[in-house]
Amino acid sequence: MEGMSTIVKKVSQLVAGLIFMYGIYIILHGHLTPGGGFAGGAIVAGAFILLILAFGSSALNLKKEVAGSSNTESVAILLVVILALMSLFLGAKVFFGNFLPKGEAGTLLSAGVIPLYNIFIGIEVAGAILTIFLALVIFKEESSK
Amino acid sequence: MELQISIILGFMIIGAIYALHAKDLLSAVIAMGIVGYGLVICFLLLKAPDLAIVQIVVETITLVIMVAVVLDSTREEEKVPFDRTSLVNTLVAFVVFAGLFYFFLHAIEDLNPLGKHTLGMAESYVIGALEHTGSVNLVTGVLFDFRAYDTLGEAVILYTAALGALTLLRMKGKKTD
Amino acid sequence: MIVYLLCFVLFLVGLYGVITRRNLIKIAISLSIMEFSIFLILVLIGYIDQGLAPIVNTNSGPEIYVDPLPQAMVLTAIVIGLATTAMLMAIAIRLYRKYKTFDIREIKNLRG
Repeated sequence: MEGMSTIVKKVSQLVAGLIFMYGIYIILHGHLTPGGGFAGGAIVAGAFILLILAFGSSALNLKKEVAGSSNTESVAILLVVILALMSLFLGAKVFFGNFLPKGEAGTLLSAGVIPLYNIFIGIEVAGAILTIFLALVIFKEESSK
Repeated sequence: MELQISIILGFMIIGAIYALHAKDLLSAVIAMGIVGYGLVICFLLLKAPDLAIVQIVVETITLVIMVAVVLDSTREEEKVPFDRTSLVNTLVAFVVFAGLFYFFLHAIEDLNPLGKHTLGMAESYVIGALEHTGSVNLVTGVLFDFRAYDTLGEAVILYTAALGALTLLRMKGKKTD
Repeated sequence: MIVYLLCFVLFLVGLYGVITRRNLIKIAISLSIMEFSIFLILVLIGYIDQGLAPIVNTNSGPEIYVDPLPQAMVLTAIVIGLATTAMLMAIAIRLYRKYKTFDIREIKNLRG
Protein backbone atom coordinates (compact mmCIF):
# COMPACT_ATOMS: atom_id res chain seq x y z
CA MET A 1 0.00 0.00 0.00
CA GLU A 2 1.20 3.50 -0.67
CA GLY A 3 1.96 6.10 1.91
CA MET A 4 0.08 9.27 2.59
CA SER A 5 0.82 12.91 1.77
CA THR A 6 3.89 14.81 2.92
CA ILE A 7 2.19 16.59 5.81
CA VAL A 8 1.06 13.30 7.33
CA LYS A 9 4.54 11.85 6.97
CA LYS A 10 6.28 14.76 8.67
CA VAL A 11 3.80 15.05 11.52
CA SER A 12 3.84 11.33 12.19
CA GLN A 13 7.63 11.38 12.34
CA LEU A 14 7.46 13.93 15.14
CA VAL A 15 4.55 12.40 17.03
CA ALA A 16 5.76 8.79 16.87
CA GLY A 17 8.93 9.69 18.76
CA LEU A 18 6.90 11.26 21.56
CA ILE A 19 4.54 8.28 21.75
CA PHE A 20 7.52 5.92 21.96
CA MET A 21 9.03 7.86 24.86
CA TYR A 22 5.65 7.98 26.63
CA GLY A 23 5.35 4.21 26.30
CA ILE A 24 8.80 3.68 27.81
CA TYR A 25 7.88 6.01 30.68
CA ILE A 26 4.74 4.01 31.43
CA ILE A 27 6.72 0.75 31.40
CA LEU A 28 9.50 1.99 33.67
CA HIS A 29 7.19 3.58 36.27
CA GLY A 30 4.88 0.58 36.37
CA HIS A 31 5.31 0.03 40.08
CA LEU A 32 4.67 3.67 41.01
CA THR A 33 1.85 4.94 38.78
CA PRO A 34 -0.95 3.17 36.92
CA GLY A 35 0.27 1.38 33.85
CA GLY A 36 2.78 -1.40 33.87
CA GLY A 37 4.09 -3.76 31.24
CA PHE A 38 0.96 -4.43 29.20
CA ALA A 39 -0.19 -0.85 28.74
CA GLY A 40 3.31 0.42 27.98
CA GLY A 41 4.00 -2.37 25.50
CA ALA A 42 0.79 -1.68 23.61
CA ILE A 43 1.62 2.05 23.43
CA VAL A 44 5.09 1.34 22.01
CA ALA A 45 3.50 -0.93 19.39
CA GLY A 46 1.09 1.90 18.57
CA ALA A 47 3.99 4.21 17.75
CA PHE A 48 5.40 1.73 15.23
CA ILE A 49 1.98 1.08 13.71
CA LEU A 50 1.54 4.82 13.19
CA LEU A 51 4.80 5.00 11.24
CA ILE A 52 3.90 1.99 9.09
CA LEU A 53 0.48 3.41 8.24
CA ALA A 54 1.84 6.84 7.35
CA PHE A 55 4.73 5.75 5.16
CA GLY A 56 3.11 2.78 3.48
CA SER A 57 4.49 -0.69 3.23
CA SER A 58 6.42 0.09 0.03
CA ALA A 59 8.95 2.07 2.06
CA LEU A 60 9.84 -0.88 4.28
CA ASN A 61 11.74 -4.09 3.83
CA LEU A 62 8.94 -6.30 5.13
CA LYS A 63 10.85 -9.54 5.51
CA LYS A 64 13.46 -7.94 7.73
CA GLU A 65 10.84 -6.09 9.78
CA VAL A 66 8.83 -9.17 10.65
CA ALA A 67 11.99 -11.16 11.37
CA GLY A 68 13.18 -8.41 13.73
CA SER A 69 9.92 -8.12 15.63
CA SER A 70 9.39 -11.86 16.05
CA ASN A 71 12.98 -12.40 17.17
CA THR A 72 12.63 -9.58 19.70
CA GLU A 73 9.47 -10.98 21.23
CA SER A 74 10.94 -14.48 21.44
CA VAL A 75 14.07 -13.25 23.25
CA ALA A 76 11.93 -11.18 25.63
CA ILE A 77 9.72 -14.05 26.73
CA LEU A 78 12.76 -16.26 27.12
CA LEU A 79 14.26 -13.66 29.47
CA VAL A 80 11.03 -13.64 31.53
CA VAL A 81 11.29 -17.39 32.08
CA ILE A 82 15.00 -17.18 32.88
CA LEU A 83 14.33 -14.43 35.42
CA ALA A 84 11.66 -16.57 37.04
CA LEU A 85 13.99 -19.58 37.14
CA MET A 86 16.82 -17.54 38.63
CA SER A 87 14.84 -17.15 41.79
CA LEU A 88 15.00 -20.93 42.23
CA PHE A 89 18.68 -20.57 43.04
CA LEU A 90 18.81 -17.29 44.92
CA GLY A 91 16.64 -15.85 47.65
CA ALA A 92 13.55 -17.68 48.71
CA LYS A 93 14.14 -20.75 46.51
CA VAL A 94 10.64 -20.76 44.99
CA PHE A 95 9.67 -20.23 41.36
CA PHE A 96 8.74 -16.56 40.70
CA GLY A 97 10.00 -15.39 44.07
CA ASN A 98 11.06 -11.82 44.64
CA PHE A 99 14.76 -12.06 45.34
CA LEU A 100 16.21 -8.60 44.76
CA PRO A 101 16.24 -6.16 47.69
CA LYS A 102 13.24 -3.93 48.05
CA GLY A 103 14.33 -0.34 48.48
CA GLU A 104 12.20 2.29 50.13
CA ALA A 105 8.73 2.45 48.68
CA GLY A 106 8.04 5.17 46.17
CA THR A 107 11.42 5.52 44.49
CA LEU A 108 12.33 4.27 41.05
CA LEU A 109 14.73 1.55 42.18
CA SER A 110 12.43 -0.34 44.50
CA ALA A 111 10.11 -3.35 44.63
CA GLY A 112 12.75 -5.96 43.91
CA VAL A 113 12.32 -7.82 40.66
CA ILE A 114 9.04 -6.19 39.55
CA PRO A 115 10.57 -3.40 37.36
CA LEU A 116 12.59 -6.01 35.45
CA TYR A 117 9.44 -8.05 34.83
CA ASN A 118 7.69 -4.91 33.59
CA ILE A 119 10.46 -4.17 31.07
CA PHE A 120 10.61 -7.65 29.60
CA ILE A 121 6.84 -8.12 29.43
CA GLY A 122 6.55 -4.68 27.80
CA ILE A 123 9.04 -5.61 25.08
CA GLU A 124 7.24 -8.91 24.53
CA VAL A 125 3.79 -7.33 24.17
CA ALA A 126 5.10 -4.69 21.76
CA GLY A 127 6.78 -7.35 19.62
CA ALA A 128 3.68 -9.56 19.55
CA ILE A 129 1.27 -6.80 18.51
CA LEU A 130 3.70 -5.57 15.86
CA THR A 131 4.11 -9.12 14.49
CA ILE A 132 0.35 -9.54 14.15
CA PHE A 133 0.02 -6.26 12.29
CA LEU A 134 2.98 -6.93 10.00
CA ALA A 135 1.65 -10.39 9.12
CA LEU A 136 -1.60 -8.75 7.99
CA VAL A 137 0.27 -6.12 5.91
CA ILE A 138 2.45 -8.80 4.25
CA PHE A 139 -0.61 -10.84 3.37
CA LYS A 140 -2.36 -7.90 1.77
CA GLU A 141 0.79 -7.01 -0.18
CA GLU A 142 1.41 -10.48 -1.54
CA SER A 143 -2.17 -11.25 -2.44
CA SER A 144 -2.71 -8.04 -4.34
CA LYS A 145 0.13 -8.71 -6.73
CA MET B 1 -22.63 6.19 40.65
CA GLU B 2 -25.40 3.77 39.65
CA LEU B 3 -27.16 6.44 37.60
CA GLN B 4 -24.04 7.45 35.66
CA ILE B 5 -23.03 3.92 34.82
CA SER B 6 -26.60 3.05 33.85
CA ILE B 7 -26.70 5.95 31.37
CA ILE B 8 -23.41 4.92 29.77
CA LEU B 9 -24.59 1.31 29.62
CA GLY B 10 -27.72 2.50 27.85
CA PHE B 11 -25.57 4.13 25.15
CA MET B 12 -23.48 0.99 24.87
CA ILE B 13 -26.56 -1.19 24.39
CA ILE B 14 -27.92 1.11 21.68
CA GLY B 15 -24.54 1.08 19.92
CA ALA B 16 -24.35 -2.71 20.14
CA ILE B 17 -27.84 -3.17 18.68
CA TYR B 18 -26.95 -0.84 15.81
CA ALA B 19 -23.68 -2.72 15.20
CA LEU B 20 -25.61 -5.94 14.68
CA HIS B 21 -28.12 -4.50 12.23
CA ALA B 22 -25.96 -2.22 10.12
CA LYS B 23 -25.99 -2.89 6.39
CA ASP B 24 -22.49 -1.58 5.81
CA LEU B 25 -19.69 -3.49 7.49
CA LEU B 26 -17.58 -0.38 8.10
CA SER B 27 -20.42 1.22 10.08
CA ALA B 28 -20.70 -1.94 12.17
CA VAL B 29 -16.99 -1.84 13.03
CA ILE B 30 -17.17 1.83 14.01
CA ALA B 31 -20.26 1.14 16.14
CA MET B 32 -18.22 -1.44 18.01
CA GLY B 33 -15.96 1.46 18.94
CA ILE B 34 -18.87 2.99 20.86
CA VAL B 35 -19.01 -0.03 23.15
CA GLY B 36 -15.24 -0.11 23.62
CA TYR B 37 -14.75 3.57 24.38
CA GLY B 38 -17.84 3.69 26.62
CA LEU B 39 -16.17 0.96 28.62
CA VAL B 40 -13.14 3.26 29.10
CA ILE B 41 -15.37 5.92 30.68
CA CYS B 42 -16.92 3.29 32.95
CA PHE B 43 -13.48 2.16 34.09
CA LEU B 44 -12.50 5.74 34.92
CA LEU B 45 -15.67 6.20 36.97
CA LEU B 46 -15.00 2.98 38.86
CA LYS B 47 -11.51 4.12 39.99
CA ALA B 48 -9.53 1.72 37.78
CA PRO B 49 -6.94 3.83 35.86
CA ASP B 50 -4.75 0.85 34.92
CA LEU B 51 -7.62 -0.81 33.10
CA ALA B 52 -8.62 2.41 31.34
CA ILE B 53 -5.14 2.83 29.81
CA VAL B 54 -4.98 -0.78 28.62
CA GLN B 55 -8.53 -0.78 27.25
CA ILE B 56 -8.15 2.43 25.25
CA VAL B 57 -4.93 1.33 23.55
CA VAL B 58 -6.14 -2.22 22.87
CA GLU B 59 -9.46 -0.96 21.49
CA THR B 60 -7.66 1.37 19.06
CA ILE B 61 -5.41 -1.43 17.82
CA THR B 62 -8.40 -3.77 17.42
CA LEU B 63 -10.29 -1.16 15.39
CA VAL B 64 -7.29 -0.58 13.12
CA ILE B 65 -6.95 -4.33 12.44
CA MET B 66 -10.68 -4.75 11.78
CA VAL B 67 -10.86 -1.78 9.41
CA ALA B 68 -7.83 -3.14 7.56
CA VAL B 69 -9.66 -6.44 7.07
CA VAL B 70 -13.03 -4.92 6.16
CA LEU B 71 -11.78 -2.34 3.64
CA ASP B 72 -10.34 -5.11 1.54
CA SER B 73 -13.66 -6.82 0.86
CA THR B 74 -17.14 -6.13 -0.39
CA ARG B 75 -18.34 -4.20 2.70
CA GLU B 76 -21.89 -5.30 2.12
CA GLU B 77 -23.86 -7.85 4.02
CA GLU B 78 -25.88 -10.29 1.99
CA LYS B 79 -29.63 -9.84 2.19
CA VAL B 80 -31.40 -12.37 4.36
CA PRO B 81 -34.97 -13.10 3.21
CA PHE B 82 -37.33 -12.43 6.09
CA ASP B 83 -39.47 -15.53 5.93
CA ARG B 84 -41.08 -17.83 8.46
CA THR B 85 -37.90 -19.70 9.39
CA SER B 86 -36.05 -16.63 10.54
CA LEU B 87 -39.11 -15.45 12.49
CA VAL B 88 -39.34 -18.78 14.30
CA ASN B 89 -35.59 -18.62 15.03
CA THR B 90 -35.89 -15.17 16.54
CA LEU B 91 -38.87 -16.17 18.72
CA VAL B 92 -37.04 -19.25 20.02
CA ALA B 93 -33.99 -17.08 20.77
CA PHE B 94 -36.14 -14.67 22.79
CA VAL B 95 -37.73 -17.47 24.79
CA VAL B 96 -34.29 -18.86 25.67
CA PHE B 97 -33.11 -15.40 26.64
CA ALA B 98 -36.10 -14.96 28.97
CA GLY B 99 -35.16 -18.21 30.67
CA LEU B 100 -31.52 -17.12 31.05
CA PHE B 101 -32.65 -13.79 32.49
CA TYR B 102 -34.75 -15.56 35.12
CA PHE B 103 -31.79 -17.69 36.20
CA PHE B 104 -29.56 -14.62 36.31
CA LEU B 105 -32.00 -12.90 38.66
CA HIS B 106 -31.70 -15.86 41.00
CA ALA B 107 -27.92 -15.86 40.73
CA ILE B 108 -27.40 -12.25 41.84
CA GLU B 109 -29.70 -12.46 44.86
CA ASP B 110 -26.81 -12.81 47.27
CA LEU B 111 -24.64 -10.06 45.85
CA ASN B 112 -24.13 -6.93 47.93
CA PRO B 113 -25.53 -3.76 46.37
CA LEU B 114 -23.15 -1.63 44.35
CA GLY B 115 -20.46 -0.11 46.54
CA LYS B 116 -20.90 -2.20 49.66
CA HIS B 117 -18.37 -4.86 48.72
CA THR B 118 -16.50 -6.54 51.57
CA LEU B 119 -12.90 -7.49 50.82
CA GLY B 120 -12.90 -11.22 51.09
CA MET B 121 -9.83 -12.84 49.64
CA ALA B 122 -8.10 -9.59 48.84
CA GLU B 123 -7.81 -8.63 52.51
CA SER B 124 -4.38 -10.21 52.79
CA TYR B 125 -3.33 -8.77 49.43
CA VAL B 126 -4.17 -5.19 50.36
CA ILE B 127 -2.94 -5.09 53.95
CA GLY B 128 0.44 -6.78 53.57
CA ALA B 129 1.13 -5.71 49.98
CA LEU B 130 3.39 -2.75 50.61
CA GLU B 131 5.81 -4.58 52.92
CA HIS B 132 5.71 -7.86 51.04
CA THR B 133 6.22 -6.64 47.50
CA GLY B 134 7.55 -3.12 47.94
CA SER B 135 5.52 -1.67 45.07
CA VAL B 136 3.24 1.30 45.57
CA ASN B 137 0.90 0.29 42.74
CA LEU B 138 -1.24 -2.47 44.24
CA VAL B 139 -2.50 -3.89 40.94
CA THR B 140 1.06 -4.34 39.62
CA GLY B 141 2.08 -5.92 42.91
CA VAL B 142 -0.80 -8.39 42.75
CA LEU B 143 -0.14 -9.15 39.06
CA PHE B 144 3.59 -9.73 39.28
CA ASP B 145 4.10 -11.10 42.76
CA PHE B 146 1.01 -12.80 44.15
CA ARG B 147 -0.42 -13.89 40.78
CA ALA B 148 2.67 -14.22 38.64
CA TYR B 149 1.53 -17.46 37.01
CA ASP B 150 -1.44 -15.70 35.42
CA THR B 151 0.89 -13.11 33.92
CA LEU B 152 3.14 -15.81 32.51
CA GLY B 153 0.13 -17.55 30.97
CA GLU B 154 -1.06 -14.31 29.40
CA ALA B 155 2.35 -13.58 27.89
CA VAL B 156 2.40 -17.08 26.41
CA ILE B 157 -1.10 -16.61 24.94
CA LEU B 158 -0.07 -13.37 23.24
CA TYR B 159 3.08 -15.02 21.90
CA THR B 160 1.03 -17.94 20.55
CA ALA B 161 -1.42 -15.57 18.86
CA ALA B 162 1.47 -13.79 17.12
CA LEU B 163 2.93 -17.09 15.90
CA GLY B 164 -0.51 -18.28 14.82
CA ALA B 165 -1.18 -15.13 12.80
CA LEU B 166 2.25 -15.48 11.16
CA THR B 167 1.52 -19.10 10.23
CA LEU B 168 -2.03 -18.53 8.99
CA LEU B 169 -1.13 -15.60 6.77
CA ARG B 170 1.71 -17.20 4.90
CA MET B 171 1.37 -17.40 1.15
CA LYS B 172 3.07 -20.14 -0.73
CA GLY B 173 6.02 -18.53 -2.42
CA LYS B 174 5.44 -18.31 -6.11
CA LYS B 175 8.27 -15.88 -6.66
CA THR B 176 11.52 -17.03 -8.13
CA ASP B 177 14.35 -16.49 -5.68
CA MET C 1 -28.88 -4.04 41.16
CA ILE C 2 -30.12 -2.57 37.93
CA VAL C 3 -26.55 -2.07 36.70
CA TYR C 4 -25.98 -5.81 36.85
CA LEU C 5 -29.14 -6.42 34.84
CA LEU C 6 -28.09 -3.92 32.18
CA CYS C 7 -24.71 -5.64 31.91
CA PHE C 8 -26.51 -8.92 31.36
CA VAL C 9 -28.68 -7.31 28.68
CA LEU C 10 -25.48 -6.27 26.86
CA PHE C 11 -24.28 -9.88 27.14
CA LEU C 12 -27.56 -11.11 25.66
CA VAL C 13 -27.28 -8.65 22.75
CA GLY C 14 -23.85 -10.13 21.97
CA LEU C 15 -25.18 -13.67 22.27
CA TYR C 16 -28.03 -12.86 19.89
CA GLY C 17 -25.47 -11.60 17.39
CA VAL C 18 -23.35 -14.75 17.59
CA ILE C 19 -26.37 -17.02 17.09
CA THR C 20 -28.34 -15.31 14.35
CA ARG C 21 -25.91 -13.38 12.14
CA ARG C 22 -24.47 -14.93 9.01
CA ASN C 23 -21.59 -12.59 8.35
CA LEU C 24 -18.25 -13.55 9.89
CA ILE C 25 -17.31 -9.98 10.79
CA LYS C 26 -20.61 -9.52 12.65
CA ILE C 27 -19.93 -12.72 14.61
CA ALA C 28 -16.49 -11.41 15.62
CA ILE C 29 -17.99 -8.07 16.70
CA SER C 30 -20.65 -9.83 18.82
CA LEU C 31 -18.04 -12.01 20.51
CA SER C 32 -16.13 -8.87 21.45
CA ILE C 33 -19.30 -7.26 22.84
CA MET C 34 -19.90 -10.30 25.06
CA GLU C 35 -16.37 -10.01 26.45
CA PHE C 36 -16.80 -6.30 27.24
CA SER C 37 -19.92 -6.94 29.28
CA ILE C 38 -18.11 -9.50 31.43
CA PHE C 39 -15.23 -7.08 32.07
CA LEU C 40 -17.68 -4.46 33.27
CA ILE C 41 -19.54 -6.74 35.65
CA LEU C 42 -16.29 -8.00 37.20
CA VAL C 43 -15.05 -4.49 37.96
CA LEU C 44 -18.50 -3.45 39.22
CA ILE C 45 -18.51 -6.21 41.82
CA GLY C 46 -15.23 -5.00 43.29
CA TYR C 47 -16.18 -1.34 43.68
CA ILE C 48 -16.35 0.16 47.20
CA ASP C 49 -18.10 3.45 47.95
CA GLN C 50 -15.73 6.35 48.75
CA GLY C 51 -12.80 4.06 47.92
CA LEU C 52 -9.61 5.35 46.34
CA ALA C 53 -7.81 4.03 43.30
CA PRO C 54 -5.40 1.27 44.36
CA ILE C 55 -2.19 3.36 44.50
CA VAL C 56 -0.83 3.59 48.03
CA ASN C 57 0.07 7.07 49.21
CA THR C 58 3.06 6.69 51.54
CA ASN C 59 2.47 9.95 53.38
CA SER C 60 -1.03 9.34 54.72
CA GLY C 61 -2.38 6.67 57.05
CA PRO C 62 -4.43 3.61 56.14
CA GLU C 63 -7.22 4.29 53.65
CA ILE C 64 -9.98 2.30 52.02
CA TYR C 65 -8.93 1.09 48.56
CA VAL C 66 -11.04 -0.36 45.80
CA ASP C 67 -10.57 -4.11 45.49
CA PRO C 68 -7.47 -4.69 43.30
CA LEU C 69 -8.05 -8.39 42.63
CA PRO C 70 -10.81 -8.13 39.97
CA GLN C 71 -8.82 -5.36 38.29
CA ALA C 72 -5.79 -7.62 37.92
CA MET C 73 -7.95 -10.38 36.43
CA VAL C 74 -9.64 -8.03 33.95
CA LEU C 75 -6.23 -6.66 32.89
CA THR C 76 -5.21 -10.17 31.85
CA ALA C 77 -8.56 -10.76 30.17
CA ILE C 78 -8.37 -7.60 28.02
CA VAL C 79 -5.09 -8.68 26.45
CA ILE C 80 -6.43 -12.19 25.87
CA GLY C 81 -9.45 -10.67 24.12
CA LEU C 82 -7.09 -8.81 21.78
CA ALA C 83 -5.28 -12.06 20.93
CA THR C 84 -8.57 -13.87 20.19
CA THR C 85 -9.91 -11.08 17.98
CA ALA C 86 -6.63 -10.88 16.05
CA MET C 87 -6.66 -14.62 15.31
CA LEU C 88 -10.31 -14.44 14.23
CA MET C 89 -9.53 -11.62 11.82
CA ALA C 90 -6.62 -13.60 10.34
CA ILE C 91 -8.96 -16.56 9.73
CA ALA C 92 -11.61 -14.25 8.24
CA ILE C 93 -9.29 -12.65 5.72
CA ARG C 94 -7.98 -16.06 4.71
CA LEU C 95 -11.50 -17.34 4.12
CA TYR C 96 -12.38 -14.26 2.08
CA ARG C 97 -9.42 -14.79 -0.23
CA LYS C 98 -10.47 -18.34 -0.93
CA TYR C 99 -14.27 -18.17 -1.14
CA LYS C 100 -14.83 -14.46 -2.00
CA THR C 101 -17.56 -14.12 0.62
CA PHE C 102 -17.96 -13.69 4.37
CA ASP C 103 -21.24 -15.62 4.57
CA ILE C 104 -20.83 -18.73 6.69
CA ARG C 105 -23.61 -20.67 5.01
CA GLU C 106 -22.08 -20.21 1.58
CA ILE C 107 -18.69 -21.26 2.92
CA LYS C 108 -20.23 -24.36 4.42
CA ASN C 109 -21.85 -25.31 1.12
CA LEU C 110 -18.85 -24.74 -1.11
CA ARG C 111 -16.19 -27.34 -1.09
CA GLY C 112 -12.99 -25.60 -2.28
